[in-house]
Amino acid sequence: MTDQAYNFAYLDEQTKRMIRRAILKGVAVPGYQVPFASREMPMPYGWGTGGVQVSAACLTPDDTLKVIDQGADDTTNAVSIRKFFEKTAEVAVTEKTSEASVIQTRHRIPEEPLTEDQILVYQVPIPEPLRFLEPSEVETRKMHSLEEYGLMYVKLYEDISRHGEIATAYAYPVKVEDRYVMDPSPIPKFDNPKMESAALQLFGAGREQRIYAVPPYTKVVSLDFEDHPFDPSKAPHPCALCGAEDSYLDEVITDDRGGRMFVCSDTDFCAGRRAAGFTGEMTNTRPAPVDTEAMA
Amino acid sequence: MYVAVKGGERAIDNAHAWLAEERRGDTDIAEMSIAQIREQLALAVDRVMAEGSLYDPDLAALAIKQARGDMIEAVFLIRAYRTTLPRFGASAPIDTGAMACDRRISATFKDLPGGQVLGPTFDYTHRLLDFALAAEGLEPSEAPEAAADMADLPHVTDFLAQEDLIQREPEGSDTPRDLTREPLDFPTDRPLRLQALSRGDEGFVLSMAYSTQRGYGRNHPFVGELRTGKVAVEMDIPELGFAIEIGEAVVTECETVNQFTGSKTEPPQFTRGYGLTFGHCERKAISMALVDRAMRWAELGEDNVGAPAQDEEFVLYHADNVQASGFLEHIKLPHYVDFQSELELIRRLRADAMAGQHQEAAE
Amino acid sequence: MTPLLNVRDLTKAYGGRIGCADVSFSLYPGEVLGIVGESGSGKSTLLNCLAGHLPPDTGEVIFDTRADGPRDVLQMSEPERRMLGRTDWAFVHQNPRDGLRMRVSAGGNVGERLMAVGARHYGEIREQALDWLDRVEIAGERVDDRPAAFSGGMQQRLQIARNLVTGPRLIFMDEPTGGLDVSVQARLLDLLRGLVRQMGLSAIVVTHDLAVVRLLADRLMVMKDGHVIETGLTDQVLDDPQAPYTQLLVSSVLQV
Repeated sequence: MTDQAYNFAYLDEQTKRMIRRAILKGVAVPGYQVPFASREMPMPYGWGTGGVQVSAACLTPDDTLKVIDQGADDTTNAVSIRKFFEKTAEVAVTEKTSEASVIQTRHRIPEEPLTEDQILVYQVPIPEPLRFLEPSEVETRKMHSLEEYGLMYVKLYEDISRHGEIATAYAYPVKVEDRYVMDPSPIPKFDNPKMESAALQLFGAGREQRIYAVPPYTKVVSLDFEDHPFDPSKAPHPCALCGAEDSYLDEVITDDRGGRMFVCSDTDFCAGRRAAGFTGEMTNTRPAPVDTEAMA
Repeated sequence: MYVAVKGGERAIDNAHAWLAEERRGDTDIAEMSIAQIREQLALAVDRVMAEGSLYDPDLAALAIKQARGDMIEAVFLIRAYRTTLPRFGASAPIDTGAMACDRRISATFKDLPGGQVLGPTFDYTHRLLDFALAAEGLEPSEAPEAAADMADLPHVTDFLAQEDLIQREPEGSDTPRDLTREPLDFPTDRPLRLQALSRGDEGFVLSMAYSTQRGYGRNHPFVGELRTGKVAVEMDIPELGFAIEIGEAVVTECETVNQFTGSKTEPPQFTRGYGLTFGHCERKAISMALVDRAMRWAELGEDNVGAPAQDEEFVLYHADNVQASGFLEHIKLPHYVDFQSELELIRRLRADAMAGQHQEAAE
Repeated sequence: MTPLLNVRDLTKAYGGRIGCADVSFSLYPGEVLGIVGESGSGKSTLLNCLAGHLPPDTGEVIFDTRADGPRDVLQMSEPERRMLGRTDWAFVHQNPRDGLRMRVSAGGNVGERLMAVGARHYGEIREQALDWLDRVEIAGERVDDRPAAFSGGMQQRLQIARNLVTGPRLIFMDEPTGGLDVSVQARLLDLLRGLVRQMGLSAIVVTHDLAVVRLLADRLMVMKDGHVIETGLTDQVLDDPQAPYTQLLVSSVLQV
């Protein structure tokens, strides 16, 4: 890529304006999926093209960008997207949640509460929460416009009747501002309560050509039954490195005899705690320096 | 010992360097030039142009080289490049009636004005590996050449239209919606469907068309006409006040003649399916015409038999190979977080189920 | 007494062909109206126009709504009409596959309408589903089974439970016993008759089967070529048919 050949943040201004219009509409109608003319991006569909377009439309030269995938800044696709914006927008980048003004994420919400000065951009694979109940887009749009969500509850009912609980662990559907049922993207349900946030949350689905939004301080309720309330549970362990009891954990298999450990999925959060002196049971067996050579 | 999986920048850079090496292959073998690909793998170039929706043989050849011959990857490169190009405007509709045809055949009439022109076709070649091609440096003997007939070749369907035996297509005055600039919205119209099919994956469109032939939405097609050749591309220049020719493009066009028994309001008449692609992609153009015809069931008052090819949402949402392969391959990306949440759920459900069994056994 | 449903001059054409023409009638609370005729007589078109599945060309379908009294259903907005379809109205299809979710358990099928109108207590939804399964003579232990595992008669009874759970006031039935064995038909009719009486339901039953209307319907409308050619009390029409076509219809059944 010859960097100078492209406009700031890759997309041309015309396209960014089109995306901003869709974002504004999304903010005005929280939870409503706004169709937008998604562009072909230089990365594959399904790898964050929606999030990248939304980020591109939001970024200004003064912004500081953080990109995470699975909660971590150093996963390959996060690295790749961060590099893309470093190259095409020359914005400052950070791994620190508190320092970022725009955070693009896949599958997680940072543990640290976000502020009014931040925008969280989600990458969304399938924006339609009703899709696996009703395959037709024409039908699902009608269901949203008429607020016909009985079928969604039938799904939850079926879960409880079969498993004794609502067997949805991620992409757990929410109702936004008492109106639209929305897919929160495949974040673990543990993260759902964090969606009632001070930050602006934007969702971009490139392949499916949809943008939607949850404005700051918007009511976001995870669907449930009165007698089977929503439960944002997680693995019942503390982080082995920083000892955090309240963060979402990755499970890491450590040997071939069933050994495993649980560590924070949010790498910045974990590093911050360790820097502040918190320890976990395996703090002394810190990970060895990474041999990236071996991965190529 | 726990080793965190970290895919740092260096890993990515190293992977890309390795890829570049693999792309070049054995350096004792001469490197392929763009011109060689353009001239000698012309049908690959045509397919990349058709599905990439960009007419530029050199760029398509470059994409094929960069993609190591992975056609969908090459289409993807072209599409991503195309996005960044400024738009100056739209050309005037091309006139395929004025095409300088390399090939023009009809399966519906034995002979017709302009004649049957086989052109450079694989049809009727015996598919025997030609080991002479393995020996380099042999130039093919020159093909015999007749004087070019400069007269326009009329469309076969025009002859049928003279007798009103085939449905006339309404003259569209509006500029069709642009699939690449507007979100797909259902129900669609025919121009939009044709755009989607024209850039759709050849394999997908072929299979959809094939499924109609095997009875999933059968529409009794005849290849009324198939033609390939150069057409002039003209554009209205506002400063001039008239259209001027800005270039030429090779396209392939297929019009099928399909049976239609008529309805309460329409007398029996043939109907059309239409296919048009950049370059010489006749398998794709014919397939496209069949699928186009299948999706017209509603406007023609036919039954929806529930065939996949009749379902525009199904066809249009799944025809694009760049979308499909991106989403398919994204499952290679880390999904630790979702998987972890599923893992916990399964463990919990299993624990509950086991506890239940123990209890039952105890009772 | 205000009629529950007041239909005026309902007409629906398909291209040049008449579906049904100039149909007018009133239906009173607690009344069951049978519509009979051979296939193609327009009875199904009429039923679908009444139930909002098909837009008629002209006419009025005035329903006595709970909140606002008599209103023309055809003038309602789509959300209003759909709301009516989930609350005060019910529709029993001839083929239970059209009226059930085959991949959802029996309990989920019955519970859907409750959830669609806002029920959010799993225990209560389940309790009501079990109660309704019992009322349509489906064993409670089948509550988590999918309808695909049910016999045709059970599927039809499940469809009825799914429709009646929200306590509708008007139920449309399209050949409710079609495709069932004779012995199964009799049991279903018995059940339907009991439920209709017990709940004080009004119903419109479309069928070609005169035995069905004799058992269920208070009044009868006979249709031919899209037109109503005879109306009256069921016994009166069946025992003393006036129109020659009705006479033929009645006699052909009697011969069977």
